[in-house]
Amino acid sequence: MIRFLLSRFLQGIVVILAVITITFTLSQMVPGGAIRNERNVSEETKKAQEEYYGLNKPWIVRLGLTIKHYVTLDLPDSYHYKGRGVDEIIASGFPVSAAVGMAGLTIALLIGVPLGAIAALRPNTLEDRGSTLAATLGICTPSMVLGPLIAMLFGLKLRWFNVAGWFDSSDWVLPALTLGIIYSAYIARLTRGSLRETLAQEFIRTARAKGASEGSVVFLHAMKLASLPVLNFLGPAAAGLLTGSFIVETIFQLPGLGQFFIAAATNGDHQLTIAISTFYAALIVGFNLLVDILQALLNPRIRLQA
Amino acid sequence: MRAAWQRLMRQRMNAWALWFLVALVLLCGVGPEISPYDQAEQDLELKATNPSLAHWLGTDPLGRDMLTRILHGGRVSLEVGLLATGVAAIIGVIYGMMSGLAGGRIDSAMMRIVDILYAFPFINFVILLMVIVGREFWLIFVAIGAVEWLTMARVVRGQVLALKNLEFVTAARASGAGFWHIVWKHLLPNVMGPVIIYASLTVPGVMLLEAALSFLGLGIQPPDASWGVLIREGANSMETYPWMLLYPGIFFSATLLALNLLGDGLRDAFDPKSMSQQ
Repeated sequence: MIRFLLSRFLQGIVVILAVITITFTLSQMVPGGAIRNERNVSEETKKAQEEYYGLNKPWIVRLGLTIKHYVTLDLPDSYHYKGRGVDEIIASGFPVSAAVGMAGLTIALLIGVPLGAIAALRPNTLEDRGSTLAATLGICTPSMVLGPLIAMLFGLKLRWFNVAGWFDSSDWVLPALTLGIIYSAYIARLTRGSLRETLAQEFIRTARAKGASEGSVVFLHAMKLASLPVLNFLGPAAAGLLTGSFIVETIFQLPGLGQFFIAAATNGDHQLTIAISTFYAALIVGFNLLVDILQALLNPRIRLQA
Repeated sequence: MRAAWQRLMRQRMNAWALWFLVALVLLCGVGPEISPYDQAEQDLELKATNPSLAHWLGTDPLGRDMLTRILHGGRVSLEVGLLATGVAAIIGVIYGMMSGLAGGRIDSAMMRIVDILYAFPFINFVILLMVIVGREFWLIFVAIGAVEWLTMARVVRGQVLALKNLEFVTAARASGAGFWHIVWKHLLPNVMGPVIIYASLTVPGVMLLEAALSFLGLGIQPPDASWGVLIREGANSMETYPWMLLYPGIFFSATLLALNLLGDGLRDAFDPKSMSQQ
């Protein structure tokens, strides 16, 4: 177990270093760049700024310096938001993205698992067909269509929530609902498939034979194993939530990390671009590690290999 | 093959999905050509009109014919979807084949790389690429294809590992067939089935990614149109003209639904084992 976690941890470090290198290399190719794009600045000022940010050094030295920044956690300043460290900016954007993402994932689980379980427990009935149809429709509704529709219904027509911005304590609801509905469809499909498969297995028959009640068969025995594929999906889902958060933050105009990233990429704010990509990579790595541990705890049959 | 085809078409939904897609491809291919309007042609006399005989789905706030624009956008979205899937399939097949054929340590190293790549925040790379090269059409599908090949590589590698020790391959080798002959004549044809099935499941995902990029203003650029661009324009003016969001949204969702149904249907028809898991 320890060996497995250690090797996964090392793999994660490789991912993060690779992401820093790739984002650094890509961001060097963005035409212009934060300093060269500025108008009405004398050549000397530009030179001084380039020196301040270390832009006059060769590529490989700057890459080394960038990695050093992250290893020693001495993070650089943003080019665009002068005098603000990239960590400050992430600290201001991440709570917004995290609140929406976590709430979205919770909504997805609360809708998806019961919907899939009902379908699996009553195969080929009206409930099964209905929930499968709902899940298929959910998968085929893109967030950029669903989001504006939700905004129109609850924001403009019913006026229950703000349509855009991050001012009220309830502003997370509509974006989280958008993400949640879409992911609930995937989770419902996975739950249905894996619960049906689990219910057909022999240990379930054994449990029934020894007289366990239907409730305990489903909830104590089957759900434990059937939740594994759902858990497995949460790793990629975390990465998918990032993409989703770009869209949702654009629709509802939230000051989250996605918005900061798009702005940084288009402004040529290399430091912030690298910082947010690296932060995302660390987040995905951490989430996958968590999923691995939970999976090992839930299923003793999984042999943890290095 | 014929049995699989019959299994596919026996499900009425699959047949509908197939016919819908055929009709859509024809409409998007021919529609913009025979339409009396150009998709970018503005007629400021006709701002945001309701459907009429002249404009079957009405016009947008710039007086452009909605139907022509939706069909043109559909053509662009489908092109990106197919081409990006093609790029993903080519990379995935080459990588998966190399890994499966090499076997041993090289194989496990190559698959470990794929594991590592799964944890990359690819959306960030794609956004950066779009900013660098300036949102060119070819770049969009190459960039999307370059991030969507991972699962394809796994599928192909598994297939090659299973195939390469089968008797017909050993027989071919014994009768003096060269390495490339075996790859080209024996392995590749047998890998194509799973590749096509998985590709059909990749197309909707790729189209969603293109739409997401265009929605963010980083993909196809107006006045050119893809469904992502139209949905973006629709979302911006939905308060006054909700149908501008609804029409392209319905086309896009219906297409995704048909592609998903067909992909699942193909998988079930060619791999009856997976039926039980459904």
